[in-house]
Amino acid sequence: MRKSAERLFVSSSLDLSVLFDGFRDKETIFALKRKITEDAKKLKEKLYIMEVCGGHTHTIMKYGINQMMPDNIEFVHGPGCPVCIMPKGRIDAAIALAQMKDSILVTLGDMIRVPGSKKSLSQIRGDGADVRFVYSPTEILKIAEQNPNKKVIYFAIGFETTTPMTAALMDRAIKSGLTNIYYAINHVTVPEPMCAIMDDHETKVNAFLAPAHVSVITGSKIYEPISEKYGVPIVAAGFEPVDIMQAISMLVVQKLEGRAQTEIEYTRSVNTEPNPKAMELINKYMEVDDSFIWRGIGAIAKSSLRIREEFAYLDAYKVFADALPKESAKDHKACICGEVLKGKAKPYDCKVFGTACTPSSPLGSCMVSSEGACAAYFKYGKSI
Amino acid sequence: MKKITLAQGSGGVESNKLINEVFFSRLKNDILLASEDAAVFKIEGKTAFTTDSFIVSPIFFAGGDIGKIAVCGSCNDLAMMGAKPKYLSLSLIIEEGFDLGDLERIADSIAKELAVNGAMVVTGDTKIAPRGSVDKIFINTSAVGEVMLEGISCKNIKAGDKIIVSRSVGEHGAAIFSAREGIELVSALKSDCASMWPMVEKLIGAKAEIVSMRDATRGGVAAVLNEWCASSGVSMDITEESFTVLPEVSGVCELLGFEPFSLANEGTFVMAVRSGESEILDILQSEEFTKNAAVVGEVIDDGKNRVILKNGYGTRRILEYPTGELLPRIC
Amino acid sequence: MCLSIPSKVVSLDADNMATVDTLGVQRVVSLDLMPEPLGIGDYVLIHIGYAINKIDEESALLSIETFKEIIAQMDEEERREALCE
Repeated sequence: MRKSAERLFVSSSLDLSVLFDGFRDKETIFALKRKITEDAKKLKEKLYIMEVCGGHTHTIMKYGINQMMPDNIEFVHGPGCPVCIMPKGRIDAAIALAQMKDSILVTLGDMIRVPGSKKSLSQIRGDGADVRFVYSPTEILKIAEQNPNKKVIYFAIGFETTTPMTAALMDRAIKSGLTNIYYAINHVTVPEPMCAIMDDHETKVNAFLAPAHVSVITGSKIYEPISEKYGVPIVAAGFEPVDIMQAISMLVVQKLEGRAQTEIEYTRSVNTEPNPKAMELINKYMEVDDSFIWRGIGAIAKSSLRIREEFAYLDAYKVFADALPKESAKDHKACICGEVLKGKAKPYDCKVFGTACTPSSPLGSCMVSSEGACAAYFKYGKSI
Repeated sequence: MKKITLAQGSGGVESNKLINEVFFSRLKNDILLASEDAAVFKIEGKTAFTTDSFIVSPIFFAGGDIGKIAVCGSCNDLAMMGAKPKYLSLSLIIEEGFDLGDLERIADSIAKELAVNGAMVVTGDTKIAPRGSVDKIFINTSAVGEVMLEGISCKNIKAGDKIIVSRSVGEHGAAIFSAREGIELVSALKSDCASMWPMVEKLIGAKAEIVSMRDATRGGVAAVLNEWCASSGVSMDITEESFTVLPEVSGVCELLGFEPFSLANEGTFVMAVRSGESEILDILQSEEFTKNAAVVGEVIDDGKNRVILKNGYGTRRILEYPTGELLPRIC
Repeated sequence: MCLSIPSKVVSLDADNMATVDTLGVQRVVSLDLMPEPLGIGDYVLIHIGYAINKIDEESALLSIETFKEIIAQMDEEERREALCE
């Protein structure tokens, strides 16, 4: 039911098309390409830019930004795809939860296609389990209302952009008195894997494109300790091709000026400070967990969240602990998702890339998610 | 609201009444009304024959319904082989409890679309299935047509042929997706579901050599171009900017992470033309529905059987054959 | 699933929801994560059905101005190079 629209403020100076076209403009891209190429000639060492976020990988591949770079700038694709880093063990747990009597397992998009040790959520759906994917966690409230006798379990995934939505959902569900929603949360955070990559002495990465929308929630100041500790320039970049080109230009300039700072390219959406409402909700229901196993990378301390003890009655991993599998799961032998996620290998270095491992029959998670480096390479990456 | 019952599928009095009142009254022609076990007719020259089943969900969508698409789907397949649609079979499997008013609406759509194609339903079948064994209504149509332009084949495409797309792309897929539950996107977007024969009839009369035509249904334009590369052993050089994509289709693609080239169309087709492409374009562009027709690229021979897409920034990528469960039940 | 794209607020609805428009496609989103109130005509970023922040128009326009300057600067350099040849 809609209230009558309230005219509080009307913008006249900005058209929606400007927000799209302005940041995809051809002329701007060509000018930035020239600037980057000119500036890069003065670089003393090759620039290995890690774009952490899967959405950035996508834009880079879709618009061919890697084809526009001079030879001394290379992209390294980082682990910023929450579906890709999900360890098999957690997927097996989700499958076990979905197979419980009277349960409905709900998750977001690509997650249902990632294979666990034996099957994916999509495959057990075919076997009769009630597995659903939603476009927004708000739909879970409706599912719970319509199925009062079922346990609705939200298999929550995502980085800091998606974490507040889980907290907002928990808040709403509690306030509305719904008692049949449980949460199996697998939220991870961005700074810790960035540090893990820099701590790896074999890494070539010497600059970062920081994720756009994580930064909207957390504020860009979460990267400042990283640029300080490791002496790497970091720029929080938007998703449009112009955003990425401008951010790369800013990284090159930092290198030339001998700076290692955290800057914001995506000024129209990102501040140094976080979204206080989002952070308040996250902190109300969640706290930092000791460790999370990142698929292919291994355990990274304090890189994830768990539900606070006072809400343990909503934590699916605790409430249904007896249903969960006891054995740990190992990755497929030929799969080098881990090396790809750490930026040490490219998708086409993998023996099974495009042959045994394709988007329709993925072996590893980098291929399943549309944001995964392997999926992006499969779709866009055959450069000509 | 009257509902369809199992009795109406049992072949007795109630069945006949249903068939008469809903179908015969709307689709009447001598062959159909003769009510023989099989339809008997003559076709001159070469005959084209096709079949298609329709399970689209939702059954009513902006720009059409399952009845319209059931006629368009099969008639368009004939048109794409240069054949004039003549006679159709119409087979329906209806769930017990289906709304009679909805069935009448669907029958109206079928009648209307047959008239556009100048074709007739000459034989049919109606089954009522127990509640739950079918999702509302499934339809199959088979169609025969008179080949008016021979030699059209997806195996004859050669380097130098021009690729033409008849209009803007992605509307059917975007419209269906918008209507799906859970997404609930509201826009002025309509499916492009439409009969192609009236336009194709004009095109085959032009002074042009048409090598192949295909409607860009499931898998969209990306599927057609890749299929042609495989069947003819060629590659294609395609320019992204030459396509027209409606803002609302872009909006849906942006929101859900799709590419307009992979979204289904039900009224848009692709042509491979060896000569006379300007005349083909003139004919297409003279009508409102196909005013955005354009040459989108050219067939090349690089030994690799792939579709190369060049974007406005001068960079290139491969336009892959779409994979995976992109859009379930779109036609 | 980073598919946040800018949308324009078309109406403010009951229960802390709003209707937003992206290129002519409209849908209803939650304002539960918005740190500030919104007005009709504001531009917001939407992520999985929630508005996550208001797009700063001044910054957006400033960015675009900056890009225009870069274009002018690059064009000027090219012109100078061409003259030197």
